[in-house]
Amino acid sequence: MDLVLVNLIDGLVTGLLLFMLSAGLTLIFSMMGVLNFAHASFYMLGAYFAYQISLAFGFWMGLLIAPIMVGLLGAGVERYGLRRVHQYGHVPELIFTFGLALLIEEVVQFIWGKNQMAYDIPEVLQFTAFSIAGNSIPAYKIFMIFISIAIFIGLLYVLTRTRIGMIIQAALSYPRTVEALGHNVPLIFMGVFGVGTALAGVAGVIAGPVLGTFPGMAFVLGSIVFVTIVIGGLGSLWGALVASLLIGWLTTFSKAYNLRMEDFLTFIGFSRPDPIWDSAWRDLWTITSPQVADILPYILMILILIFRPYGLFGKRDV
Amino acid sequence: MTDQTASANMRAGSMTLSLMPWIVAALVLVLLPQIFTANSAITIMNQMAITIIFALAYNMLLGQGGMLSFGHAVYMGVGGFACVHIMNMDDFFASIPLVVLPIFGGLFGMGLATIVGSFSTRKAGTVFAMISLGVGELIAACSVIIVAFFGGEEGISGDRTYAMPTFGVEFLQQIEVYYLIAFWLLISAALMYLFSRTPVGRMANAVRDNPERAEFLGYSARWVRFYSFVASGFFAGIAGGLFAINYEILTEENLNATSSGTILLVTFLGGVGFFFGPILGAIAFTLLQTVLSLETELWAFYAGALFVATVMYFPGGLAGLIMMHVPAIRLGKGSRLILPYIRTLVPAAICILGAAALIEMIFHYRHAFAGDEEMTLFWITFNSHDVLPWIVAVGLTLAGFFTARATAPALLEAWGDANTPDRMQV
Repeated sequence: MDLVLVNLIDGLVTGLLLFMLSAGLTLIFSMMGVLNFAHASFYMLGAYFAYQISLAFGFWMGLLIAPIMVGLLGAGVERYGLRRVHQYGHVPELIFTFGLALLIEEVVQFIWGKNQMAYDIPEVLQFTAFSIAGNSIPAYKIFMIFISIAIFIGLLYVLTRTRIGMIIQAALSYPRTVEALGHNVPLIFMGVFGVGTALAGVAGVIAGPVLGTFPGMAFVLGSIVFVTIVIGGLGSLWGALVASLLIGWLTTFSKAYNLRMEDFLTFIGFSRPDPIWDSAWRDLWTITSPQVADILPYILMILILIFRPYGLFGKRDV
Repeated sequence: MTDQTASANMRAGSMTLSLMPWIVAALVLVLLPQIFTANSAITIMNQMAITIIFALAYNMLLGQGGMLSFGHAVYMGVGGFACVHIMNMDDFFASIPLVVLPIFGGLFGMGLATIVGSFSTRKAGTVFAMISLGVGELIAACSVIIVAFFGGEEGISGDRTYAMPTFGVEFLQQIEVYYLIAFWLLISAALMYLFSRTPVGRMANAVRDNPERAEFLGYSARWVRFYSFVASGFFAGIAGGLFAINYEILTEENLNATSSGTILLVTFLGGVGFFFGPILGAIAFTLLQTVLSLETELWAFYAGALFVATVMYFPGGLAGLIMMHVPAIRLGKGSRLILPYIRTLVPAAICILGAAALIEMIFHYRHAFAGDEEMTLFWITFNSHDVLPWIVAVGLTLAGFFTARATAPALLEAWGDANTPDRMQV
């Protein structure tokens, strides 16, 4: 039971981190119809910028400034890159963001090299918050949870309760009408792209010290973020939240509990071939849940796309 | 007027006209190893030919069918893995000539494409891209789980020489393998070209441009996409089979997202709008990869920058750039572009080389071992901590940039002039 609690917290941290990335991505998608492949790259940039700033001014300045820098960069990418490619259609847009992801990874390697950066948790947060049956929960995890929840509430508030949020929501469905009413829709697009990438930047700043700041960090998370928003339903903020938590818990639990395929197969009445290493099915028999933990989200996504193409909470087809 | 007669000519003599490029290609393929005899050159050409087949197969989806796949390496990889397994079946492998082995790769690639295509081709666009990404990641991840087929992390290897000798050739040498690959390159390129001319291939174009309208004409967009997808899987599998023959080993690397991304890069760089685009892309990219990577550690950075620039400014790719000049040449005014081109492109090239030099110097300055201050760039050795090289590089970059910018309007004017028919002829 205690282990369940620990895993619940771990899964929550992973899920909320995923949510911070997928929230921006899903917002950008619902607005511009383009899946930003480079989204995780902005997350990586957030971590690297924060590392660089933390060398001079400490962690908290990094948390403050790095997302703003990433957001400005994102807005620049939208203004001078995406808007240009937009005229060629959706597929070139996807390809553009894909190329951008490659380029950002190369640029990061060019500037900071291939090794992991010594980007660490601030000393203020280096203590154990509490412990459950001997498993200590570091304060930083609690800090991550609070930051992500604060961002979610803030985002929800801005989108549903403020004038700017109303305009954004209107621009999602009827960009032409909103434009005719005198709002600057391209500017809104740029702003949303900037805010979305800034959110990814925040995620990078707070995840960098835990998950490591290295050039492959975008690649590790990149495709999982897509999976998340596809499962949640493209364009749905709630869907992104539910799917993020689902994936967070799914992977955490399947890694924590060593469920073996062997037990399952024996349970439903198959008998173990002997000797096991000679059997054609040996790989099936030796599968364990930690082994498949990382591919579970992909299986889930494919099933979702086949049976419910608009995702858990999505309103429209992808 | 001249345009119409020209196109009429093309139609009348279509057989001879369309055969010519193939004959030339065959001759080039036969003669290339006579010109570039070095072993390394043959290795590069083998790799190039395999990439060409794969890129052409990929373009059946992206260019001709409008389907963006982020996991196409899987079909090539599975074809290749199947071929290595066949290589390891001693009795069976000894009874078939090596030349037919790629067909098995093709069939396995096609089989997988049939399974995946049955649900992924329902929609084009983003759904298709996402499913392809998911399936790609899934199968790449499976490679470390299903050890019996994928061989885990070290992959699986075989020996091509155990096959039945073909006309006494045992394929011990690279050059023999080259001719085998060249043979398959020619056949599969021709087949893929012919596929694009069949009604299915034509309908693939229609479905790419306007699926709704194609459906109103009575065609199922889904089935048209499915056929393209299966055919593309087949040729990707053939490329995989050739990869297995050439390298005799396949690993997880042949399946993963990086390989899938690379083929997208290759195809787009070459140009998706024309059949020969991916061929150019594969040649250019392989050269970039093999030659440039010998010169600099940063080759992937340049490739990425080139890719992004291509998407932003020349979405037609290399092939698009070349075909842009056809109208001017048809008007007989292509020669008027040469001088303005030299005036703009030479400074532009200097600017790019200067910028590259700066990038290399910064990289060396930051990442070289302490005390290692000497670097060699463009056959010149100098100290990267001196001021002079930096001044030279910055100077060249700026000079090139401003000259190119100053001459660009003249080029634009010449371009407009070359593309408008002279009044006298009309």
